[in-house]
Amino acid sequence: MVKSVLGVNHQGLTDWLVQRVSAIVMTVYSLGLISYLVMTQDIDYTRWHALFSHGWMKLATILFIVSLLFHAWVGMWTVFTDYIKPFVLRFILQVLLFLSLVSFFFASLMILWGV
Amino acid sequence: MRSLLCLPCLDIISIFETVKGNIVVVIKQRPKNLNLLTIRFPVPAIVSILHRISGVILYLLIPLILWALSLSLSSPDDFDTLHQFLSSPLMKLLMWGFLSAFIYHFFAGIRHLLMDIHIGDELKSGRLSAQITIVLSAVFILLAGIWLW
Repeated sequence: MVKSVLGVNHQGLTDWLVQRVSAIVMTVYSLGLISYLVMTQDIDYTRWHALFSHGWMKLATILFIVSLLFHAWVGMWTVFTDYIKPFVLRFILQVLLFLSLVSFFFASLMILWGV
Repeated sequence: MRSLLCLPCLDIISIFETVKGNIVVVIKQRPKNLNLLTIRFPVPAIVSILHRISGVILYLLIPLILWALSLSLSSPDDFDTLHQFLSSPLMKLLMWGFLSAFIYHFFAGIRHLLMDIHIGDELKSGRLSAQITIVLSAVFILLAGIWLW
């Protein structure tokens, strides 16, 4: 009985949870990075590079980016399904969205790899 | 039968059956205002649509942010090039736009999280939290502008 209320694959519930968890991860990371930027008066390459050389900073940044991409997927998916009515157009946009998010992920991996 | 199908969207005052067996539905005449110039969205609706718009803007700016991050971390020369590039008035304006979208989306998102734990999820408190969202974002967008220039 309860199952039929939640739907077949529980997508809505998963989306809801993904959006919240990713939001909290991004909030913590952003507040950290913003306070670092505001408190460090003259930021130069040496300091900036050193910050991203730490293993924990790379891990936190990857965690942030993964959260961002999942968050963007749920958000943009919602916007597309609400405003783009023709199925084919919406499908194409969703495929492009997916491909863009995957490429953002690999791009950020390469950026952090190079530090 | 057709009119029965849209009963849920009407304000029904009473439904009764007459002696003859006719079903009578009494509905309230609701005032209609479809004048686009005088319709004003409630504040929570404005906060909601701006949350969506700022979210889409932030998504569109992801490649630019990644490009800037990549340049800033690749070499001291690239860092300086980027720094110079971003110091131009036009780029500062673009960065302010990005920060504004971020700040707004941040506070409207916090409002959503609070509503999940039942803070501000009623008509009155929701309206108040929507107003607080707008005021807080405006203050921090202003501060971000001062910080940039």
